[in-house]
Amino acid sequence: MQQFVNVTLSGLIQGTVFAAFALALVLIWRSTRIVNFAQGSMAAATAFIALALIHSGQSYWLAFAVALVAGFVLGAVVERVVIRPVEGGPELNAVIVTLGLFVALQALIAIVAGSSFQSFPAPFGLRGFTFGDTTIALTPNSLFVLGSVLVTMLLLVGLFQFTRVGLAMRASAFGQEVARLLGVRVGRMLTLGWALAAVVGSLSGLLIAGGGLVYPAYMDSLIVFGFVAAVLGGLDSPVGAIVGGLLLGLALSYVSGYVPRGSGLVNLAALVILMVVLLVRPGGLFSSTTARRA
Amino acid sequence: MPEDGTAVLEVTDLTAAYGPVRALDGVSLSAEAGKITAVLGANGAGKTTLLRTISGLVRPVSGRVTLGGEDITRAPVEAMVGKGMSHVPEGRGVIAELTVDENLRVGSLFRGKVGKDEFDRVYETFPRLLERRNNPAHTLSGGERQMLVIGRALLAQPRILLLDEPSLGLAPRIVAQIFGLLRRLVDAEGLSVLLVEQNARSALSVADVGVVLNLGRVVVTDSARTLMADEDLRHAYLGF
Repeated sequence: MQQFVNVTLSGLIQGTVFAAFALALVLIWRSTRIVNFAQGSMAAATAFIALALIHSGQSYWLAFAVALVAGFVLGAVVERVVIRPVEGGPELNAVIVTLGLFVALQALIAIVAGSSFQSFPAPFGLRGFTFGDTTIALTPNSLFVLGSVLVTMLLLVGLFQFTRVGLAMRASAFGQEVARLLGVRVGRMLTLGWALAAVVGSLSGLLIAGGGLVYPAYMDSLIVFGFVAAVLGGLDSPVGAIVGGLLLGLALSYVSGYVPRGSGLVNLAALVILMVVLLVRPGGLFSSTTARRA
Repeated sequence: MPEDGTAVLEVTDLTAAYGPVRALDGVSLSAEAGKITAVLGANGAGKTTLLRTISGLVRPVSGRVTLGGEDITRAPVEAMVGKGMSHVPEGRGVIAELTVDENLRVGSLFRGKVGKDEFDRVYETFPRLLERRNNPAHTLSGGERQMLVIGRALLAQPRILLLDEPSLGLAPRIVAQIFGLLRRLVDAEGLSVLLVEQNARSALSVADVGVVLNLGRVVVTDSARTLMADEDLRHAYLGF
């Protein structure tokens, strides 16, 4: 029983980070129909900015805030400079550009920060809460992870559902040409979409780094998991990305917790899930493709 | 509000091409205030390209477009609606994922804050939309979509409304309803309409002026009544 609780808790916490990363992918997919393979490198770059600040003696929170702002700027710059020329062109072009950016950014991080493993501090304790004499896999830091992802999601929902900018962003995402004819500055909205997505990506990068080790490629596995989570939810649906992330986190946690030698099977399990989803429900669990075709 | 008879929109010698193919070849026409101007012609005559070039979605090779005297030939698409031109593209142009209400709100975003009474007026004009207000636009029927896009265009308070094939895929009864409504808006509110239609008979029955386009050139411009009466022209270009 205790093991089940722990495996479930750590699955959920992992899942929220997957969810945040998947959400970043979905935000970009929705608005520009591009899978941003560079999301992981972009997040890693901002995490290294945070690490540099922390090493220079600044507080974790200042570093955290600067990293998120850096994510925003990086997202906007990437969209304007690198993505804009391939938007609306053949899909393969965009795929190759984001893959290229992924490799280039990772190399840049290695050049600037070195490619050795460095420890990244966590803002809160990493020791599990204890009830009587049992310790559960829920730490103050994991509450911070849950809380910050939850707050981010609520903020995004608020932005998209209740603000004029959010409405303009959704209109630009779903009907570029119509939105332009209605006077929406679509280009600006796409830039903003990338910038916000990069902030969410950076958040997931910081959360996964907290209390662990970072190196230029530390986000690589998260790209796989985040992508699986996003596809699981339907690539188009922010809610789907969140549910997909949580489901994937749980599934992987159960695999590594209950399957003998399961921790080595986690990557494999993620890909099996991806395969099954694509075979059984290619549109994902929350797909709105039927709506789009109407 | 300009006097009836003055040109709101003037197109001079407009030429547009897709690669080597000329879709518009020196088209000139004007849409007058308080009138419905119908551009007619067969498939491929260049009707849709004409509207898309006027609103900037297609950049012309040469020629000029002026709106109320102002040269808007090279103005960005996003700016057109602010200058008083609403373009409803072919295929209804609803944003399928947004609700009816959100679609309307997008249409008025560029104006800043817009009073609730203006939305109420749209819902009054189209009671069907009020019933479907919180439904996603992809659940609407073709006629309802057409009402939505016209209502949305009106929220922009345009001087001129560009409509691309509003009758496409609609039942004749709905077409008559939509055209009747256009006529009322033009007569009662002084709206000006530039209408592109393949359904020449319906369009001429509601329009004041007809412009017949063939292979990217204007064949004839005349009052709708005269065009309606010209049997040879109807047979040759309008298919009825």
